[in-house]
Amino acid sequence: MFDDLRDLYQEVILDHGKHPRNFGKPAAFNRTARGDNPMCGDKIAIYLTVGADGTIQDLHFDGRGCAISQASASLMTEILRGKSMKEAEALFGYFHDMCTKDEDEQGDHGTLDEDATDKLAVLSGVREFPMRVKCATLAWHTMNAALHGEATTSTENASF
Amino acid sequence: MSDLLNPTLGNAPYDVMRVRQDFPILTRLVHEKKGRAGKPLVYLDNGASAQKPRAVIDAMSHLLENDYANVHRGVHFLSQRSTDLYEATRDKVARFLNAPSRENIVFTRNATEAFNLLANSWGGRFLKAGDAVVISWMEHHANIVPWQLLRDRIGINIKVVPVLDDGSLDMAAYEAMLTPEVKLVSITHASNVLGTVNPAARIARLAHAKGILVAFDGSQAAVHQPVDVQAIDADFYVFTGHKLYGPTGIGVLYGRKELLDKMPPWQGGGDMISTVSFENTTYREAPYRFEAGTPAIVEGIGLGAAIDYVSALGMSAIQAHEQRLLAYATHRLSEIEGLRIIGTAPDKAAIISFTMDGIHPHDIGTLLDRGGVAVRVGRHCAEPLMDRFGVGATARASFGLYNTEAEVDALVDAVQACKAFFG
Ligand SMILES: Cc1ncc(COP(=O)(O)O)c(C=O)c1O
Repeated sequence: MFDDLRDLYQEVILDHGKHPRNFGKPAAFNRTARGDNPMCGDKIAIYLTVGADGTIQDLHFDGRGCAISQASASLMTEILRGKSMKEAEALFGYFHDMCTKDEDEQGDHGTLDEDATDKLAVLSGVREFPMRVKCATLAWHTMNAALHGEATTSTENASF
Repeated sequence: MSDLLNPTLGNAPYDVMRVRQDFPILTRLVHEKKGRAGKPLVYLDNGASAQKPRAVIDAMSHLLENDYANVHRGVHFLSQRSTDLYEATRDKVARFLNAPSRENIVFTRNATEAFNLLANSWGGRFLKAGDAVVISWMEHHANIVPWQLLRDRIGINIKVVPVLDDGSLDMAAYEAMLTPEVKLVSITHASNVLGTVNPAARIARLAHAKGILVAFDGSQAAVHQPVDVQAIDADFYVFTGHKLYGPTGIGVLYGRKELLDKMPPWQGGGDMISTVSFENTTYREAPYRFEAGTPAIVEGIGLGAAIDYVSALGMSAIQAHEQRLLAYATHRLSEIEGLRIIGTAPDKAAIISFTMDGIHPHDIGTLLDRGGVAVRVGRHCAEPLMDRFGVGATARASFGLYNTEAEVDALVDAVQACKAFFG
């Protein structure tokens, strides 16, 4: 019945959705933000440890949401560990474009870590499901808010 | 009641397959794509909005092609035609609710606007700081937020009747809440999430015994069962047209005449005035005083056609059909391991909210949709209730007069497949 849904729910997503990595509030962190998707009730919190040099030394998340939002958050925590703030922002821009725009309309986000972009590619299926884009991007918006010292973000106020 | 007015269909068995033919949209396929056959639509999102029968679509296009003009103002032929047709809906609504008179019927944009009218006009005039309004834990935001806005403006209190674990209203708590500062009880007749049908007559009786007025949100109840505002002794009763197989943009506030007569206008403009001068303006009598500006003429006439349609089928017959579906769907869904039905009150309308172990409702929604089954997922504009049951969201199947047992089977199959997919 759901054959073509495998594009959206790839094995990696199902795996991360069921067994999210870096899940739970860590003992120490120095930046945090909460994100809310009022449409579907997803809530997420991101906890960052950002070093003096602006490197994301550690990041965790908790909260609840659908398989897409959990998997996206989980993948993000793996991808961004060790990245600079600048790299994190560039990857966010890249990911956002990937989820919302056709390939030929996606912006230039500079040279990016190929490992990271390969990993993110598993989420490109959401492009075909406009109602689910916010699920995929919630963690990233929240991470971005935490990086910039904002306490909360809501997908209803973000432009997608 | 409206069912008794039905000479042709009243005693015939309910023929759902024939009923389905009245709804053009039900024959369409969804998710058709090159190289992929579409799936038949299984529409189980009636709680959010119902599909429209041909009679409603035709009434509106017939009006636009033949009889359309502005209402209440022209002396010309078409204006009179439109006015007659539009005002006929007021009579139909009055009959539908068994209201004493057409003058009990105020047209609004939807249920939400009806509650805003009530809070602003009645609440603004008759409530003062320290007074209280009783609502319930199972309210739609439409019957929460207008009272909160009023609270922030004039300092009323809002008291919330709890909900028991099975989704019933806690009637003992309700009774205890009816203290002297309470001036209004505003409670849903049926919950859009739990399906619970609240004991409206008893709610009203207990409030009236203390001199408290009662408003009901009939947005869900009025589409699933006969409603008699005099039998339940409602002071106000609200419903919204688009859930009753009518168009969007038209809703109803029923009010007892002596209450409406004392309520001030809440929006000003044309249509609601008697005389206007720069020094002094006088307002029309109720219900017209609450209907400022050109109304939803086309939609109002569409609602009239919808009421004709459901009345011809008979609300009792519709209720009986839906109750059979509810029982069957409840039984079949209960057999699925890991599926939890939220809302198991003894008296329910045909609405089933559920969650599944380890699968988020949003994912359920996407998967069911791919099987052609349209359900609502999320918080259903009832966030406090979600918190009460410890769920962030639910999936909700809500049945209408055209749904079938085969569609229940399709829902169950899709849920099973969903479980296997994430298994
Ligand atoms: C119980 C209840 N009340 C009020 C509403 C609001 O209806 P509308 O959006 O048409 O004003 C709804 C519909 O979502 C509802 O289910």
